[in-house]
Amino acid sequence: MSAEILEERRLSIQRKGGGCGGDGMRCDAASVAGAVSQRACVYCGARVVLNPITDAFHIVHGPIGCASYTWDIRGSLTSGSELFRNSFSTDLQEKDIVFGGAVKLTAAIDEVMQQYAPKLIFVYATCIVGVIGDDVEAVCRDAEKKYGIRVIAVKAPGFSGTKSTGYRMACNALMQLLTPHADQPKAVGVNILGDYNLAGEMWIIKNYLRDMGIPVVATFTGDASYDTLIKAPTAQLNIVQCAGSMMYLAHRMEDAFGIPWMKASFFGVEDTSTALRQVAEHLHDSQAKERAEAIIAKRAPVAEEFLQRYKAHFIGKKAAIFVGGGFKAISLIRQFNEMGIETVVVGTQTGKEEDYEIISSLVNPGTIILDDANPAELETFMKEKGADILVGGVKERPLAYKLGIAFCDHNHERKHALGGFEGVENFTREVNLSLNSPVWQQVRTGASYHLRAQAPAKQVPRLLGHRSKRVGA
Amino acid sequence: MLDLTPEKHMDRTGVLINPCKTCQPVGALFAALGVRRCMPYSHGSQGCVSYHRTYLTRHFKEPAIACTSSFTEGACVFGGGPNIRQGAKNVFDIYDPDIIAVHTTCLSETIGDDLNTYIEEMDIPDGKYVIHCNTPSYVGSHVTGFANMMAGFIKYLAVKGKPTEQVALFPGFVNPGDIREYKHLLKRMKLKNIVFPDCSNVMDAPMTGEYKMYPDGGTTIEEIRALGSCRKVLALGRLTSEEPAAQLKRKCGVDFSLLPLPIGLADTDAFVMALAALNGGDVDAVIEEERGRLVDLMLDANPYYYGKKVAVYGDPDTVLGLTRFCLELGMIPSYVLTGTPGETFVRLADSMFKEYGRENECRAFAAKDLFDLHQLIKDAPVDLLLGNSHGKQIAKAEDIPLVRAGFPVLDRYGHPSLSIVGYRGAFALATKIADALMDAFDRNCADEDLDLVM
Ligand code: SF4
Ligand code: SF4
Ligand code: SF4
Repeated sequence: MSAEILEERRLSIQRKGGGCGGDGMRCDAASVAGAVSQRACVYCGARVVLNPITDAFHIVHGPIGCASYTWDIRGSLTSGSELFRNSFSTDLQEKDIVFGGAVKLTAAIDEVMQQYAPKLIFVYATCIVGVIGDDVEAVCRDAEKKYGIRVIAVKAPGFSGTKSTGYRMACNALMQLLTPHADQPKAVGVNILGDYNLAGEMWIIKNYLRDMGIPVVATFTGDASYDTLIKAPTAQLNIVQCAGSMMYLAHRMEDAFGIPWMKASFFGVEDTSTALRQVAEHLHDSQAKERAEAIIAKRAPVAEEFLQRYKAHFIGKKAAIFVGGGFKAISLIRQFNEMGIETVVVGTQTGKEEDYEIISSLVNPGTIILDDANPAELETFMKEKGADILVGGVKERPLAYKLGIAFCDHNHERKHALGGFEGVENFTREVNLSLNSPVWQQVRTGASYHLRAQAPAKQVPRLLGHRSKRVGA
Repeated sequence: MLDLTPEKHMDRTGVLINPCKTCQPVGALFAALGVRRCMPYSHGSQGCVSYHRTYLTRHFKEPAIACTSSFTEGACVFGGGPNIRQGAKNVFDIYDPDIIAVHTTCLSETIGDDLNTYIEEMDIPDGKYVIHCNTPSYVGSHVTGFANMMAGFIKYLAVKGKPTEQVALFPGFVNPGDIREYKHLLKRMKLKNIVFPDCSNVMDAPMTGEYKMYPDGGTTIEEIRALGSCRKVLALGRLTSEEPAAQLKRKCGVDFSLLPLPIGLADTDAFVMALAALNGGDVDAVIEEERGRLVDLMLDANPYYYGKKVAVYGDPDTVLGLTRFCLELGMIPSYVLTGTPGETFVRLADSMFKEYGRENECRAFAAKDLFDLHQLIKDAPVDLLLGNSHGKQIAKAEDIPLVRAGFPVLDRYGHPSLSIVGYRGAFALATKIADALMDAFDRNCADEDLDLVM
């Protein structure tokens, strides 16, 4: 494979402290025509943000594909309804393309209403809906009137921007939901924004807050339901986790409901401890602060000791990161730093300029920073930098494996909670498991019989009691 | 509880719930990956291709490359001509494929982009090719897209020539493992052949520690050109391979036999007989043995299959093959369902039910979804589900064992390299079915009924 890089892509690649020296990265732009881009579309961004709302009907208005590909694919756990794990769509056919799909959409909503009693329906309009001229908003308005429930249009044609645009559309949809409930008396408690309860991570954070004596009013959107969401305007503080997807909502809620916000990351010992302290500080709650210190004093050393036990396995290892949001990349770099693993390649799909600045400050000189990387680039740089493990999403896993590089799923399909102090242990275990699995021996020496005969038999590192566990509510 | 399906039947004209199909481009992309050094190219917004690649990767557990025109608002208004011109140039410059296989998306179809003209006007480097097909997702399903892409390759590349010894095999929408099984049979029958498309060693490439953007497998461009001079085409999968076979006949006059996917005994017999008709009637002894072993298994385990009710769902040709095999095993395919539209499917299934005297016990449905299937099962339950991973929720809700076959299998490993075609594929499948039924019995039976010896 050639190591050549598309000329137009050069602006999207930085080498920290290296020659490139461009003024910032072209993040947040559409992919170049003809690139093997890993970038998803506006609909995808909107859908991933709203999807975890467990008791909502998510109806995709468009041809079948967009709905098929987003059917039950996120590991967002629920303590209530399982509704969101089903796929609803209008499956537009040729005649609908010619005569318009509004009739079918109306029928779809009617059918859903006849059979179920939803309080909230999202209608996602995908690429062609605008082109064929369906007035989705009108259909939704009529349905709201007819049934007295919320039916919210999310106009998310893929071509209208990037995944980030989709995040914003989702946030706008959430604001449409919240605005009628603006005038409620204030309550004690916080909202958590930008956590999708993957593998139960929202529950971990909620548990800490509970132990600090801080009620959680609403969660955006992991394990959320209609009834909890509409209480959100009453909260005292918004804690924003995945800033990439939810910063915009935090700003809008600040403007509309006067709720202040703080950014927080719950990945790694350092970030989790800082986050808990800051929440208490923001609420000016000295008791919560004390309790936070108690939680940290109890749990941080355990997690750190755990990390120490594994550290020997990580000496000299190098990591490549390719994730959606810039904020997550930052968390991961910090976490790898805690583990003694050097990050040598960092890429994101939707990172913002500020994110890339922070990233630059966290990594060593020579580290490659990529915006919207494609497989060829990932390959080139992972090889060049000698990465041992790639952290990414489902599309990157086979690539990593093909290269004989270990892989850790840090995306929507992760099976173990990676947040909080528990997450430190899970993440450490997972990284160790994938880095040190005996299979790599086979991979690296087993390609040809010739090589195998020459390779000295190496000792496989001992696996420190790996258990797989899922965190419950 | 993962069970939102009400027992009361719902008449629906608007909402589709839990699809049993997906869109054309993903099939087109998959077909194009079965061509050597080919870059699939999606003419539309960047999102579609990102989904399609992910979907294929989830099934095959392999990277699936493809490029996109990355439409913006402007492209929607003024057409995607500039996008594809620039896109194709970039692809040749950087990824250096031998051929680019363009498929459309809903969007480029709806705005009416004319790919014929775009490609005609394109500056294509010497010795390289750009071909296309139309894949509007509001027509048909991923299977349609697969067929359309095959026809696209043929339309652009196949050349009529003096008939050669070669036989062309159109494999249908199957896994790399299935293709390997075809090749085994072809080799045993000593037939020179071209398999098109050929995803083996592409979508299940062996681990070498190296990433090849273009793996070693795949039908070559030369071979696709030579399709036009093959002596005969065996088009497997009536509902998948007919269109490309007809295209080749129209263009180059090559005759074809349309056969069902060789799943199970009778349909594999038909395939082997078709091969024998081409090699002078000689069936290799090894194949005879494989057949014998299958019949032996069917006989040994027959009491465990007989009368068991099964729901078969997925892609039309695969489902028809699986259904016949179930009938051969003495099972009752109570519900036979595909999401892909087309009444031919229902007709073929119905005549199969009649053949086995099961017309009162079995029903076939096209253009339905898995919500329908779940409602049917709630009315009258089955003992087994046979189909893709999406039946998992029904399996869990109703506590019915699920044997995975077809596309996609998202939640298990290794399946793409296994085979369900040929006698050996049927043998493996029959083993799995019996295992699933008997495991379910063992799990639920009273202690005194747990048998070690059968
Ligand atoms: S827009 Fe059409 S081609 Fe794209 S994913 Fe949706 S159904 Fe498939
Ligand atoms: S780009 Fe458009 S059509 Fe394609 S998946 Fe996204 S919304 Fe659907
Ligand atoms: S991929 Fe990252 S940025 Fe995107 S939603 Fe998930 S956590 Fe947020």
